[in-house]
Amino acid sequence: MSPDLRRRFASAALIVGVFVFWELACLVFGISSLILPRPSEIVGALIEYAHGIWPHAAQTLYTTLTGFAFGVMIGLALGVLIGSSRLAYDTAYPLLVGISSIPKVAVVPIFVLWFGAGTVPAILTAMIICIFPIVVNVATGIATVEPELEDVMKSMKATKLDILWNVGLPRAMPYFFASLKVSVTLAFVGSVVAETVASNRGVGNMMMIASSSFNVPLVFAGLFVLAALGVSLYVIFSLIERRVVGWAMRKAI
Amino acid sequence: MMLEKNLKPATVEPLIRFDRVAVTYGGGAEATEALTPTSLSVPEGDFVALVGPSGCGKSTILKLAAELMKPSAGDIYFGGRELGAKPVRVGMAFQSSTLLPWMSIRDNVMLPLKIVPPFRGQWRRKRGGEFRDRADALLEKTGLIDFADKQPWQLSGGMQQRANLCRALIHDPDLLLLDEPFGALDQFTREELWGTLQELWMERTVTVLLVTHDLREAAFLANRICVMSPRPGRILEDRAADFPRPRTIDMTFEPDFAAVIQRLRGLIVHSREGAR
Repeated sequence: MSPDLRRRFASAALIVGVFVFWELACLVFGISSLILPRPSEIVGALIEYAHGIWPHAAQTLYTTLTGFAFGVMIGLALGVLIGSSRLAYDTAYPLLVGISSIPKVAVVPIFVLWFGAGTVPAILTAMIICIFPIVVNVATGIATVEPELEDVMKSMKATKLDILWNVGLPRAMPYFFASLKVSVTLAFVGSVVAETVASNRGVGNMMMIASSSFNVPLVFAGLFVLAALGVSLYVIFSLIERRVVGWAMRKAI
Repeated sequence: MMLEKNLKPATVEPLIRFDRVAVTYGGGAEATEALTPTSLSVPEGDFVALVGPSGCGKSTILKLAAELMKPSAGDIYFGGRELGAKPVRVGMAFQSSTLLPWMSIRDNVMLPLKIVPPFRGQWRRKRGGEFRDRADALLEKTGLIDFADKQPWQLSGGMQQRANLCRALIHDPDLLLLDEPFGALDQFTREELWGTLQELWMERTVTVLLVTHDLREAAFLANRICVMSPRPGRILEDRAADFPRPRTIDMTFEPDFAAVIQRLRGLIVHSREGAR
């Protein structure tokens, strides 16, 4: 068995093992499904309520991706600005750190106050939660261009824009994609939190309703859906990352 | 300051001339003098090596020539006019090859054509044809043609430095500025690259300023060697290295070559002791 295959096998075995252990532990200790449903019950609930879950999952995916898309645009723009100018960096960084240290959950009520309950607060929460990692990573990538390389470019009388376009941005791409993988999972946190607090749609809302009617397997089914969505997006961005910035991992493109 | 006769017949006006140029970093009580008023003129097509202890302002001279910094005092002239009056085409290479890892070797070499006018305006039209041929011709010359489509990290340090030289030369610069380009290479690779650089220089009219720690390298490559003092830097001696070209590695073991090196070494050792 090749080391790569063995690694994959090991991580798959661990995941299966966790579920088997969970199932057995529930059976052996007789844990009520009101406290912790067995994985088989959760899968059962997933199948049983598939029709009902689907629109909620679609809603959550929609708010998350919309918020994420805005977050990426704003994060990229701010990151480029902050990374390419010392002045902008010094000026904006403290504010950015301040904003990022606010627990994002705490701003949901404000968004609800401004825009009413529903889709908009979820999108906005997803957006602001994923901006900061993108800004920091893009700015770092651009700001850490080797001084010698910058000298080589400047000796050719390259403009700031030339340097940014030909060196800064491509160089920041691996940082950018690393932050995308983090941000897309964070965006889910944002949208689900907002849905839980103030929405009548989305997986977060569905889980709230299910738990108030003690349909615990459905609550966990919601978690499974979120995990599946999060993992899928993570995988998609990893694949794009490999294609676009494979050079950073020293793979032949 | 003694300015010895140049090897090539002196042109009317040197290509680049430093006229009592000084550089001071910082201000007030903490000001550091990096370069005391220094004069140096380099005729077109000359090859000048700057040697000296580290921190003596060798690299500062290159940065001044590349317009990466301005002198605190004195003037620099290019072709008789003040530097900056018209754009000077400069090629530059450092000890680290600074090739862009996301591009193939060929694209790396072509980078200056994307930036430097007038090539810049023709980039879209010629990138697939004329410019590509131009890059390939240089890569052929330096023995890299088989690696043109490879990524930089797939090449050895010596090959990366060859590509770096190609990149510094592709836009036919008037002035080639080399800051310890071979400093990180092993002895054999370094000597190979001396040969490559000599060849490249001999077949074009580029003027070269080379900063190096290696006295053999300076004497092998340059027409003139300027020895600099420890900080604050100044030129202690400006002497010709008039060995016939093309030079070979074997020549570096002959007595008159060794004598030049010994003399340079003596000067630097002496100046270091003086500074302590």
